[in-house]
Amino acid sequence: MANKVFHVMYDDDQKLMDGARALVAKGIRVKDVFSPFPVHGLDPVIGVKRTRLAIASFMYASTGTALAILGTWYFMIHDWPMNIGGKPSFSWIENAPAFVPIIFEFSVFCGAHGMVLTYLLRNGTLPGMPASNPDPRTTDDKFVMEITTEQNGGMSESDIEALINTTDVYELSIKNY
Amino acid sequence: MLKEASIRQPLILGHKTYHDITKDICGPIEGPAPREWKIAITIAAVIAIYGLSCIAYLVATGIGAWGLNKTVGWAWDITNFVWWVGIGHAGTLISAVLLLFRQRWRMAINRSAEAMTIFAVIMAAIFPVFHMGRVWMAYWTLPLPNQFGSLWPNFNSALMWDVFAISTYFSVSLVFWYIGLIPDFATIRDRMVKPGMKRFYSILSFGWSGRAKNWTRFEEVSLVLAGIATPLGFSGHSIVSMDFATSVVPGWHTTIFPPYFVSGAIFSGFAMVLTLLLIMRKTMRLESYIHVKHVEYMNIVIIVTGSIVGVAYLTELFISWYSGVEYEAYAFINRFSGPYSWSYWMMMTCNVISPQLFWFKKIRTNLAATFVLSIVVNIGMWFERFVIIVTSIHRDYVPGAWGEFHPSGIDIGMFIGTIGIFFTLFLLFARYFPVLALNELKTILKMSGESYKKEAEKH
Repeated sequence: MANKVFHVMYDDDQKLMDGARALVAKGIRVKDVFSPFPVHGLDPVIGVKRTRLAIASFMYASTGTALAILGTWYFMIHDWPMNIGGKPSFSWIENAPAFVPIIFEFSVFCGAHGMVLTYLLRNGTLPGMPASNPDPRTTDDKFVMEITTEQNGGMSESDIEALINTTDVYELSIKNY
Repeated sequence: MLKEASIRQPLILGHKTYHDITKDICGPIEGPAPREWKIAITIAAVIAIYGLSCIAYLVATGIGAWGLNKTVGWAWDITNFVWWVGIGHAGTLISAVLLLFRQRWRMAINRSAEAMTIFAVIMAAIFPVFHMGRVWMAYWTLPLPNQFGSLWPNFNSALMWDVFAISTYFSVSLVFWYIGLIPDFATIRDRMVKPGMKRFYSILSFGWSGRAKNWTRFEEVSLVLAGIATPLGFSGHSIVSMDFATSVVPGWHTTIFPPYFVSGAIFSGFAMVLTLLLIMRKTMRLESYIHVKHVEYMNIVIIVTGSIVGVAYLTELFISWYSGVEYEAYAFINRFSGPYSWSYWMMMTCNVISPQLFWFKKIRTNLAATFVLSIVVNIGMWFERFVIIVTSIHRDYVPGAWGEFHPSGIDIGMFIGTIGIFFTLFLLFARYFPVLALNELKTILKMSGESYKKEAEKH
């Protein structure tokens, strides 16, 4: 059986929410939603899990902290100790207060940029990447729900279409894949 | 749908739909450039070119081309640096703090505030970088293995902390700004008809498609970036203040500096945002999105931060007397009664007295008065840095070494030049980039839009 893709368009975020709730309640799996802005409360309905980017950021930042501690110890204590204003150049721990700003800045640097790079890679958004929204209006004021026959094995094409039409649809397009 | 209390004034005036927001923000980008814009950018670019030629002359001649002398080794250069970096430190801080506090009026100002940050930090960086003299050796501030030992930068020094603080702040602000811009670039991409421009915005938008998972990640990344940009902004300007506070110069050697500088930065940043936005809302017809209520909120922040700065000035005076240290006391007596007392009183008038006018609702809701006062605050904040830097060092412990500072033509040309470069960049931003976070604005339309609020009141 050929895989069919339904692009269900709504002209309002509330209609999209109601539509998604109704369809999911009838057992339909929603593959994705394309919207011009974040629609709050939609994620649990269509089964999008919470992102772990914040955890990734914490790990990047911790790496930054460790590197900065290692760096300040190596540059200032181990490799070339110098007497600067009488500050203890023989022991990292005694000189540590002066290194707090650098350690903090470097942790933030790694945490922020590591997280942003991960974000861009995971989203597949990089310079020159092609856009994949099904309709140009989804970045303006329309909301499109993507439903495939492949993910809804138990239902026939016409069943899905009938269910979709019970919601407040603005436009519906069905494509073969 | 979350409802907002009806006593809160609407943030988006008139009857707007999602499509209207897109049209209002993207329209000016798609149409031909208005005449006023062409005139403004020509003037700004001429000043910018003059500034760049002053910089070229400075590099070719050496920093003796500035008016610095043996006694006053830091003057306009560092004044300009701190002034610009103060404005710069405010933008992301404003945007991030307002995001953390879930202030919905943020949506109207965050994009321009962040753009202002980025351009202002670039302007700020010009001064210390060229102050190095041999600017092509600026990379020596980074811990790179080299053939001199290796010799490493001194991580005990506040100046090194500053290099790290400002470059981190700059790069994090840049990504914070850009992450927010990506979905809006996608909106412009999908509206553009001219193939060349479509390609341009297609590259800028990184192929953003607005999937549900993308938006979840977007909100998480924005929140986490705001969470780390806030302490970053505070640390950044605190470290700038430590350039002075870690020295032993009377007038600089004070523990009050970090909080005092940070509130000064927010103070001058809001003033600069107001100057820019009041022009922008008029010329780009954004009156529905940036209106009197937004201006009033910003003016209230100006009263608060201006008063903190005022208290800091008075505390400095009190402590210098209370300390009983005659050098410390003299540094401050010299400030308000010495040869530079005119600049001290200029600072006091512009920063402490005139912002208090905003206690009057008539004045803080008057756009013309706000515009004038925002410029007055910026002048005042420039003099604050001048007072702190020059009056503290022009008379030190040995009266034989006392001197004064007179700016050279290059000093003046570089300062005016950075204003030209800043406005050139900001005008380019206003012409080609979405000046409001249009997709984020759509999330508050139903809560804070005027027609939606009226509709909600009926029920």
